[in-house]
Amino acid sequence: MTFTLKIWRQNGPHERGRFVTYEAYDVSPGMSFLEMLDGINQRLIGTGEEPVAFEQDCREGICGSCSLVINGIPHGPDQGITTCQLYMRRFSDGASITIEPWRANAFPILKDLVVDRSALDRIMQAGGYISVNTGGAVDGNVLLIGKDQAETAMDAASCIGCGACVAACKNASAMLFVAAKVSHLATLPQGRPERARRVSAMLKAMDQEGFGSCGNQYECEAVCPKGISARFIANLNREYLRAGIVESGCPSEPESPHAESA
Amino acid sequence: MMKLDAKIPSGPLESKWDRHRFSERLVSPNNKRKLTVIVVGTGLAGASAASTLGQLGYHVECFCFHDSPRRAHSIAAQGGINAAKNYQDDGDSVGRLFYDTIKGGDFRSREANVYRLAQVSTQIIDQCVALGIPFAREYGGQLANRSFGGVQVSRTFYCRGQTGQQLLLGAYSALCWQIERGQVTMHPRTELLDLILVDGHARGIVARDLVTGRISAHMANAVVLATGGYSNVYYLSTNASGCNVTATYRAWKHGAAFANPCFTQIHPTAIPPGDAHQAKLTLMSESLRNDGRLWVPKVPSDQRSPGDIPPIERDYFLERRYPRFGNLAPRDIASRAVKVVCDEGYGVGPGGQGVYLDFSDVIDQQGLEVVRERYGNLFDMYHRITGEDAYQVPMRIYPAPHYTMGGLWVDYNLMSTIPGLFVIGEANFADHGANRLGASSLMQGLADGYFILPYTIGHYLATATLPPIPDDHAEAREAIQRVTMRINRLLTVKGRRTAAMFHRELGTLLWNHCGMSRNEGGLASALRSIPKLREEFWHDVMVPGSGSAFNQELEYAGRVADYLEFAELLCHDALHRLESCGAHFREEYQTEDGEPRRDDAHFAYVAAWEYRDRAVPVLHKEPLTFEFVPPTRRSYQ
Repeated sequence: MTFTLKIWRQNGPHERGRFVTYEAYDVSPGMSFLEMLDGINQRLIGTGEEPVAFEQDCREGICGSCSLVINGIPHGPDQGITTCQLYMRRFSDGASITIEPWRANAFPILKDLVVDRSALDRIMQAGGYISVNTGGAVDGNVLLIGKDQAETAMDAASCIGCGACVAACKNASAMLFVAAKVSHLATLPQGRPERARRVSAMLKAMDQEGFGSCGNQYECEAVCPKGISARFIANLNREYLRAGIVESGCPSEPESPHAESA
Repeated sequence: MMKLDAKIPSGPLESKWDRHRFSERLVSPNNKRKLTVIVVGTGLAGASAASTLGQLGYHVECFCFHDSPRRAHSIAAQGGINAAKNYQDDGDSVGRLFYDTIKGGDFRSREANVYRLAQVSTQIIDQCVALGIPFAREYGGQLANRSFGGVQVSRTFYCRGQTGQQLLLGAYSALCWQIERGQVTMHPRTELLDLILVDGHARGIVARDLVTGRISAHMANAVVLATGGYSNVYYLSTNASGCNVTATYRAWKHGAAFANPCFTQIHPTAIPPGDAHQAKLTLMSESLRNDGRLWVPKVPSDQRSPGDIPPIERDYFLERRYPRFGNLAPRDIASRAVKVVCDEGYGVGPGGQGVYLDFSDVIDQQGLEVVRERYGNLFDMYHRITGEDAYQVPMRIYPAPHYTMGGLWVDYNLMSTIPGLFVIGEANFADHGANRLGASSLMQGLADGYFILPYTIGHYLATATLPPIPDDHAEAREAIQRVTMRINRLLTVKGRRTAAMFHRELGTLLWNHCGMSRNEGGLASALRSIPKLREEFWHDVMVPGSGSAFNQELEYAGRVADYLEFAELLCHDALHRLESCGAHFREEYQTEDGEPRRDDAHFAYVAAWEYRDRAVPVLHKEPLTFEFVPPTRRSYQ
């Protein structure tokens, strides 16, 4: 198979970028999208040119490193996968493919297709954790957590922090990312003591980093490689409202460690 | 002269760790504030150690080469984490987990370390639950378990097929808390390129900022390496492409002994290699062997589709050779059995490199939905990569390099032969012997990071004499100089071949001669070829771009250069060990029915290699004594 690639090249955060066209030859349908790019890069290096910078690591869809907008869609045309899980058999021979980085003010471009996603780490540092020390934890079975409750927490916790939700959103909002962590921890009894503080702190950090707000159009859900549902954003809004009531001094609901399964 | 003192506490096995902790000196809270510890790597071991040290009051400088600590390769572990909770009441205990691990490692690990690992395993689960990790639960709300290869009890805790991800995100969240509190300073996109020793003690590292290319020294009172394993020396492996040997290899060149490098685990269930452009092998979780059955046609080169081959004409070779464990035989045994049937011409798929992993029986017995719930994500992954539907036709699998039991030698306190250099997780050699059992790496990474290192490093910091040193100490300046020169050298070769070409050639060489089975002739020829390949690399590699900017090819070329040296050490170790044990199978040492022949009389020791400049490394032996579990022939038949 052969392809015409239009790839975004940019030397640094403050340089001007541009599309450069490359031809990809000898591509087999069983090659992954990133292996196809490896091929381009090998050719460029062989001639002493700088290869196209892009991020990747595990190449099995779990580390969240890879981050390409392919023909306008973060992680490419198929739902429920990351870029590294996309195979060339998905494209028709001779096709023209446009490859861009995540575009969002909160994700400055470092080089070519690599962006700085440390804003997501800073949101996590603002409150995406349970403050427990190492040691002294009670037996794991002391907290009984219903299967459905555990499954809901796991659905939310599957987020790989790739940032596709931000790249797909026209407001460049990180609401789905924040909603996933807030919902994961608020669903479990262990996360309840800090739930009000957590949601307020994480949303504040999200605003400070320059992410936009949610426009309720669900592009984020459509491109999420882990299929994280936009209903978690509704849950985030509920948690935020609840936090406002708790923080304003109104009596909160009892924080039972044995809260019933939803 | 290097001396190996494992510092194993005396007395009964059950109380060694308790007594040891009591006899260790502590650092007072006031003094902890004045002490800085460097942690390199943020996988399970690194993130859990950095967060726990921060919580204890030390100042921690933590480094990772990824853009975020959450991306370390622990994230890709699928199956689960072992713990001797005995929640299933099926006869599990600390003693049994200890025994299984010692036996699974083919009697090449330390009893005291392994017992401690089994002891703290239960605390790990409790800690992880407290951190909010959404482990699978039963309807009644209790934690669920599954069984895993090499054992007969059900002791594996899991989060769907993403256990490593959830455990890592838990440790990462604890790390985030300590970063927020100011106890940990995080340096993402920064790679360790050298170690700094002052008066024989590890006192710092030289690191390169991968965005700006700036090379700087970072000083501390102790250095912890949690930098993972070296399976990528084989080029194709299940590891993430960034995994590398650089940190541990540089430490080796500074005098840290490297132990048992030839113990490299080849995982039986990966998707077979496809074409020449392939960059990695994708693992299919070992948990698939709970329900899937491995088979090949009884006729060599059988071209029929699997559905047309009646059961009577199939060889369920693991069930035939190991009736007691069947498809749940440990990884090394299963991988070799796959290799044997493929080498004999029974393999299926392109090039005959593959065997069937068949779920039709369990689908018939328990229904498609049960299988979909258990393994749905793995079946989807298989479908995406191969284009085949494993609910309809059996999967094809073939072994792939996956994990390295070898690593830097450490004593009971997890300290290397360089005072002040601690090594944790896959980067050390300690607990898995010659073969690691499934769901044990997550256990060991978190045991080291949460529960062992934070105690033992305290004793070192409380007792060692560590005068304050400035960042521009002569040793630091010299180390920066070394690193800068090496980078310049890589950039100025301007040859005709890419680093990946050398890496692939090295990987093929090692896979053929130092892979699933090894022999003297092959290893000797590899030892002749590697120096030549290394020389070609330094004369003909092409690294474009500059050192003072973001340059991924430069990062990669530096790692390949280290692999080209490290590969020799790997082969030396494999050549010297004249026995077959665990993952190390020397063709000369096997029984008539092809089972490995271990030689306890001559090789019941840890092989710890000392670096010598331009000479063959020097072997030191740490004898292994088995007071509590007498070594027996490791049989799964």
